[in-house]
Formats: sequence, structure tokens, C-alpha cells
Amino acid sequence: MEPLSPLAALSGGLLIGTATALFLLLNGRIAGVSGMAATALGMGGATPRGQAAAFVIGLPAGALLVAWLIRSPTVVVTSSPVLLIVAGLLVGFGTRLGSGCTSGHGVCGIARLSPRSLLATATFMAAGAITVFLLRHVWGG
Amino acid sequence: MREWLPAVVVGILFGAGLVLSDMVNPARVQAFLDVAGDWDPTLALVMGAALVPSALAYWLRRRLERPLLAERFAIPENRSLDGRLLAGAALFGIGWGLAGFCPGPALSSIVLGAWQPLLFVAAMVAGMIVHRFAVPELRLA
Repeated sequence: MEPLSPLAALSGGLLIGTATALFLLLNGRIAGVSGMAATALGMGGATPRGQAAAFVIGLPAGALLVAWLIRSPTVVVTSSPVLLIVAGLLVGFGTRLGSGCTSGHGVCGIARLSPRSLLATATFMAAGAITVFLLRHVWGG
Repeated sequence: MREWLPAVVVGILFGAGLVLSDMVNPARVQAFLDVAGDWDPTLALVMGAALVPSALAYWLRRRLERPLLAERFAIPENRSLDGRLLAGAALFGIGWGLAGFCPGPALSSIVLGAWQPLLFVAAMVAGMIVHRFAVPELRLA
């Protein structure tokens, strides 16, 4: 696939990191998307529900803002609807069972050197890579 | 008000960063996970850049008695590397590899015109609900 300019990748990453930094220093909390999505839907969690909902609503709002002002992304999905449903179920269930996803474990957890997050990140990266390998190079073609 | 306003700003920055860095594009995420194929380094750059402000904030946190807008820091103290963490991270990783979506990019991209993120998010919420009813809650601070 066409490479993205490293500048876009780095500036996007800095924005994401700044978001998590602000959430910690202002609100004192971890900016974990899966946890806050669950909390926003009333499924427990440590964050007050209003804050969690505000964060979750902010995500697509920020996406729209960049899509209008800077770059409109192409969302290329190759998975079939059935695969999307299976994947969604696994991501929803797995992130709750494992207490986090790419943001809470991957960005916030690694930044604070949490052993749980380091292990979780290594595990979901490896599981993701193995899955793509099987999908593309073993079963696919 | 005091706490949800920063939460929505943090969400907006996060969503903006995900679009800017093309992480809302599942094809690019899967290309990062495809280590045996046409590998795309973008996700590593994004995560590396995100870790810089995030790690700075967690370092700064140790010098702060409390967050600027809240009573206290609410950071998970759990350090046990247990089966739930591993199993959850592994299931999440499989789902992530299958579709190329994790929770943040999926929620951010529901407004970008493609229908697939909506289907994925619906299944993800269903997976969270399954977890809610199938797995007894652990009370961890």
C-alpha cells in the first residue's frame, strides 16, 4: 500500500499522545477507549459516565474535523460482513476481559511502564500479526 | 462541566490524531501487522510519537499531588499478570487482525462515510455486553 508521509504519522501520534497526557494531568485518568466506551454505555468502569461519554463523542467529532480541514481518509475494509462481526465480537469481549486496548494498554500503559500493559500489548500485537499471517499467507493467497 | 469539557476535547484530539495518521484505515493497520508481507511501519511511528507526550505526562504526574481539575488520580494499581489479561489481549488481537479495527479507530471512523465501521462497532458493543453477562466482574481499584 502507498506509504503515509512520516510527518503525518508522527504528528498524528503526537496529537494522540497529547490527548492522553491532557486527560491524565487534567482529569487524572487513563484515556482508554474500550473502557470508556463500555462506561459510556453503562457497563461499569472507574470513569464517571458523563466524562466517558464526552470522550467517546469527541472521537468521531475530531475525525470529522480533520476529514474536513486537512485530509479525508480512505477507509479501506477488505473483510466481509461476517468477518467484521466476528472481529467486532472478539474485540469487544477481549478488550473487556483484558481491561484495555491499543490506547489504554498500548499508549497509556506503556508510557507508565505498567507490567500488565506491556504484557497485554505484546500479546495483542503478536495475536494480531499471527492472525494476519494466517489470513493472508496461509488461508488466503 | 469541569471534567467533561476536557474529556470531549481529549476525545476530539484523539480522533483527529487517528485520522491524521491514517489509523482509521484498517488496510494500513493490517499492513503493519502483516510482517511477512508488504509491511507498513506507520502504526509503529504513530505509537512511538504518542508515547512521548504520554510518558512525559506520567513522569510529571509523580510531581503532582492531584490532577489540575479533579480530586485525585485514578490510575489502575493492579499489577497481577493473570489469565484474564492474557486471554483478553489474545482475543482482542485476533479480532484486531481479522478486521484491522481497534476500538478508537472504529468509533472515530463511523462518521467518515463507510458502513463497515458501524457494523464493527455494533458487534463490538455486543461483545462487551456478552462479557458483561458472561464474566463475573472483578472488583479492582
